[in-house]
Amino acid sequence: MKNINRRSFIKAAGTVAAVGAVGFPSIAAAGGKKKVVIVGGGTAGATAAKYIRRGDASIEVTVIEPNKHYYTCYLSNEVLGGGRNIDSIKFGYDGLRKHGVTVVHDMVTAIDAKGHKVTTKGGKSFSYDRCIVAPGISFRDNIEGYDAAAMERFPHAWKAGSQTALLRKQLEAMKDGGTVVIAPPPNPFRCPPGPYERACQIGHYLKTHKPKSKVIILDKKDKFSKQGLFTQAFERHYKGIIEWRKAADTNGGVMRVDAKAGTVSTDFEDMKPAVANIIPAQKAGAIAETAGLTNDKGWCPVTGQTFESTIHKDIHVVGDAAIASPLPKSGYAANSEAKVVAAAVVELVNGRAAPTPSWVNTCYSIVAPNDGISVAMVYNLVDGKVAKIKGSGGLTPADSSPEDRAREVQYAYSWFNNITNDIFG
Amino acid sequence: MPSRKTLTLLLASGLMLGATHVAAAPTGSMLADTCAGCHGTDGVSVGPASPSLAGLSETYFTDTMKAFKSGDRKSTIMQRIAKGYSDEEYALMAAVFAKLPAASTKQKTDPAKVAAGQALHDKNCAKCHDENGSLPDDDAGILASQWATYLKYSLMDVKSGARDTGKKMKKKVDALSEADIDALVHFYASQQ
Repeated sequence: MKNINRRSFIKAAGTVAAVGAVGFPSIAAAGGKKKVVIVGGGTAGATAAKYIRRGDASIEVTVIEPNKHYYTCYLSNEVLGGGRNIDSIKFGYDGLRKHGVTVVHDMVTAIDAKGHKVTTKGGKSFSYDRCIVAPGISFRDNIEGYDAAAMERFPHAWKAGSQTALLRKQLEAMKDGGTVVIAPPPNPFRCPPGPYERACQIGHYLKTHKPKSKVIILDKKDKFSKQGLFTQAFERHYKGIIEWRKAADTNGGVMRVDAKAGTVSTDFEDMKPAVANIIPAQKAGAIAETAGLTNDKGWCPVTGQTFESTIHKDIHVVGDAAIASPLPKSGYAANSEAKVVAAAVVELVNGRAAPTPSWVNTCYSIVAPNDGISVAMVYNLVDGKVAKIKGSGGLTPADSSPEDRAREVQYAYSWFNNITNDIFG
Repeated sequence: MPSRKTLTLLLASGLMLGATHVAAAPTGSMLADTCAGCHGTDGVSVGPASPSLAGLSETYFTDTMKAFKSGDRKSTIMQRIAKGYSDEEYALMAAVFAKLPAASTKQKTDPAKVAAGQALHDKNCAKCHDENGSLPDDDAGILASQWATYLKYSLMDVKSGARDTGKKMKKKVDALSEADIDALVHFYASQQ
């Protein structure tokens, strides 16, 4: 410290990155505006940006996101079922800009944790006091032959947008009497009830438009989220249409695909479905791995209280990419986590202690036009870790009335409208 | 056995054998922010069914949460969520929502039904739901500008007995026809 002369001191104070690098947090606190850079403008990233600005409007917040629009994964299954237009799940970034957030449409290619600097494909670099990484998920190569071309033939539709539109187009084009294969991924993955809600939504479309057709779920698991309630929905609404085959029955679900031949194969059987929705195994979004934020399983370990990476200081990972268990990889959880991270970042960059967190998750699944089910949970911090609050939460009762199931659909729509407004509005 | 003083000391410093460390209570805004996913940013719901919480009196908010927790008030999901919080936390959230300006929603309403609803309100409801159901201090919730779907569910639940709002209101609501309920819903939803 004593070796720093006046000139280098001014140089150091001039850029936050340099200040961080030489370990002068007190100078950073005394110097110019605090900077937060957010990598990814999905549910978690956009929520964090807005709530940091709400918490302290003097903080400069930059979101770096390659896409001009975000399509929510939540309710994208209704687009597949035909009950919803894809434009209704499309959101832009004008809302964030109104909150004073700088939104840059570019791709982050590197995060220099020591230098406190993020660089992009477009050749720009952004220094930060704290960085929030919210890259969502990327896919693993767990299914032979599932390359870029195969994704066009057998869409995953697990990142909403063009893939959702493509899968819907294929469903519309298929002839009555065809088979739709859905291949859900192994744990852990984004939106645990998603593949089964999807089966219901596609089942609803087939039942009403192509009643001789079938949905076969070739699972990588032997059990799944809300299983009792989904099994009830399959029986109640889609008897003879939806069939679920657990991993043990097929020796592990779909192993190979051949896009050219149009085949989807398990160890026991080659199938030639009219439409196949192949959802690969998942890991944290690519930049998390590039930045060295992932563990050997491909996900990002974080502390419970602030979701700061346990690998790199001053970087927080939030949303699907983070290991937040028992919080699930859901839209509500990402939104809830992001608010906790935003509150923590506001305090930390101002040199104060991070606040006590509180989280909620609610996941609705719409299994038929007037039949909604849900799972909910409230979480707190116990011994530095996220914990479920005993006695809270749980599932829609299996014997809940048709009136209540119809209400849950209306509450699911309310949730969608309110959470997207909370994120992008 | 430790003396009361040592016990207090032990408890205070969290050194009790086997005790897990639960952090201090979250702030009101930390707690209230978790509601926004369904009830809207700053407690203003954009609908169509989740009610707005902004402007509710502290008494109404905490009583409602306690009724969800005990099961006295029917719900789809709120009973499950209310069980995640203590009375102290209800109070912290309540203080946040009570300070926020009540919502003003733009909903399509039928002028004839609004007029019929006004007459029904004046005759049956005005005594407890002051100023067309817009006054938080009556501790009877905020009906003005509340989402129509929610108002309808609430009245249906009072009528069916699923929601206990006391004998007086039950008697009044029992006397209402389906068309009356519809008119009242339109009236409250139309209030700005």
